[in-house]
Amino acid sequence: MSETVEGRTIAEGVAEGEVLVSPEPISFYGAVDTDTGEFIEADHHLTGETIAGKVLVFPKGKGSTVGSYVIYGLAQEGTGPAAIINHETETIVATGAILGEVPCVDGIEDAVERFEDGDRVRVDATEGTVTLLADD
Amino acid sequence: MDLTTDEQALLESDNPAVRKSMELLVRLGDIYGAEEFVEIGSAQASGISYKSIGDPGVEFLEGFAAEGAEVQVQTFANPAGMDIDRWEEMGVDPEFAKQQRRIVGALREMGVTVSFTCTPYLAGNLPGPNEHIAWAESSAVSFANSVVGARTNREGGPSALAAAITGRTPKYGLHLAENRVPTHRIDVDVELQNQADFAALGSWAGRIVEDGRPYFAGVDGATTDELKALGAAMAATGAVAMHFVGGVTTDEEPPTDLETLEFGSAELEAEYGELNSTEDTDLIVFGCPHASVDEIGQVADRLDGESLDRDLWVCASGAVKSQADRMGYTETIEDAGGMVLSDTCNVVAPIEEMGYESTATDSAKAAAYLPGFGEQDVHFDDKLSLLEEAIE
Repeated sequence: MSETVEGRTIAEGVAEGEVLVSPEPISFYGAVDTDTGEFIEADHHLTGETIAGKVLVFPKGKGSTVGSYVIYGLAQEGTGPAAIINHETETIVATGAILGEVPCVDGIEDAVERFEDGDRVRVDATEGTVTLLADD
Repeated sequence: MDLTTDEQALLESDNPAVRKSMELLVRLGDIYGAEEFVEIGSAQASGISYKSIGDPGVEFLEGFAAEGAEVQVQTFANPAGMDIDRWEEMGVDPEFAKQQRRIVGALREMGVTVSFTCTPYLAGNLPGPNEHIAWAESSAVSFANSVVGARTNREGGPSALAAAITGRTPKYGLHLAENRVPTHRIDVDVELQNQADFAALGSWAGRIVEDGRPYFAGVDGATTDELKALGAAMAATGAVAMHFVGGVTTDEEPPTDLETLEFGSAELEAEYGELNSTEDTDLIVFGCPHASVDEIGQVADRLDGESLDRDLWVCASGAVKSQADRMGYTETIEDAGGMVLSDTCNVVAPIEEMGYESTATDSAKAAAYLPGFGEQDVHFDDKLSLLEEAIE
C-alpha cells in the first residue's frame, strides 16, 4: 500500500529517501555545516542531526537571504537533502532548490504532522507528488 | 507570466548568464503567481563572504561572470569575510583571503559596486519611496520596505543577482500594494531605552510573527539606528520583510481585527535572558548591521583616553568608515585597543578560526547567528554597558 499526496512543484526532479522532520522553520545560513550536512544551529529541533540524503520536511524558511547559496553549496558538495517538502516555500529556499537542482514541493499543509522521522518517501517534484512508501 | 517582447528576448538571449537569470526569475514568478515583471531601480547582492558561500559559491560567481553576466542597475554588495585592506591585521588566513579576493574579482567583472555593506542605505544606495528594487540582505530589505517605503521581496542571493542582470523582478509579494499591510499588532508598554532594547523587541517579535508584518503601537520615537536594529533582529529570528512603527514609520492606524500581542518589561527582560549565554567574553562587536557614523562616534566618545581589556571590532561600510577616520573616531577607538573595520562583520568573518570563543554584541541579529555559524557563546547588552565591562 502506498499513499500519495499532491503539492506544487517548486524545483523539478525525483528523489527517494528517509524523512527528517523539523516542526520549526529553518535558516540554512548559519545552521548547517556544508562539509558534513550536520545541523549546527543551537537549540533547534534538528540540532545534531544530519540532513545529507534525507527528505527534509519543514514548514518554511526563515533568516538570512544567503540561505539560497547554502542550499546550492550543500547540493554541490553532496551533503544536502535529497528533497525538500514544505508547507510554504519562500523565495530563498526556492532559489536554492532550483539552482542546486534539489527536488522541492510545497503546498502540503500538514506535512510536518503527516510524515515522521524515518518514513521512506518518494518525492516526484516534477509532478508535485509525495508518496509514502510501505515498509517491506 | 506575460512577457514583453524585450523580456522574451532576454529569455532567449545568446548570453548564457542573461538566459539563466531570466529562467530563474520566470520560475519564481510562476511559483509565486506573478503576472508580469517590474523594472527595478537597484539591487543588493548577498552571499559575498567566502565563509558563507564556500568554493561552490566562488565557482558559481566566477562562472557567471565568465558567461557574460553584467548588472543593468546599480547593484551593491553585502559584507565580505574580511576587511579588504586590513585582513592580515584582523588575523584572517591567507588562503581564505585568496578565495575572498576571487569573489571580489568576479563581482567587479559583473559591474557590482564592491561596497561590501549590509547598510547600502547608509553608504550611497538609497531607493526612493515606492521604487521597485531587488534586495537580498534581510535587514536591508526590512529597512527599505519599512522605513524608506521602497518595494522589495526578501530575495535570495542568486535571485537578486539575476534581477540585477536582467534589470527586473517578478511582480508579486511586497511589490503589490495590497500585500503591504500589517498582519499582527504588538502593543509595546515598556520604554525602549537604547538600540539593544529595540533589537530585543525585534528578536522576540520575529520568533512569534515569523513571516508576518507586525505593527508596533506605543513606541514613542525611534532613530534610524534603532529602526535598523529592530528590523535586522526580526529578519534573523523570523522572516519579517516589512513592519510598521505607529507614529514613526506610519501615521496610519492598524486594522482593528489583528491578532494582538503585548510586549512589556517582563518580555523585555526575558528576551535579554534568551539572547545571553555567557558574561565572559573575549571579543566585543558593534556594527551588525553596519554601524552609522553616529554609532562609531558614541563608541569613540566613551573610549577617549581609555584602554580595553579585550578585543573590540566596530564594523562599518567603507563609506562610513572614511567619515569616522576623518572625525578622528577611528584613531580614538584604536588607541584604546579596538579596531574599526570596513567591508566585513563578525557574522561573515571566520572568527571561530581566530581563537575567539565568546562574543559580546548589542545586535540581536549577531546573537542569533553567532552560536551556530561562529561557534560563539554570546553576551548581549547595550553598547555603553558592554564597553563599561571592558574598560580597564
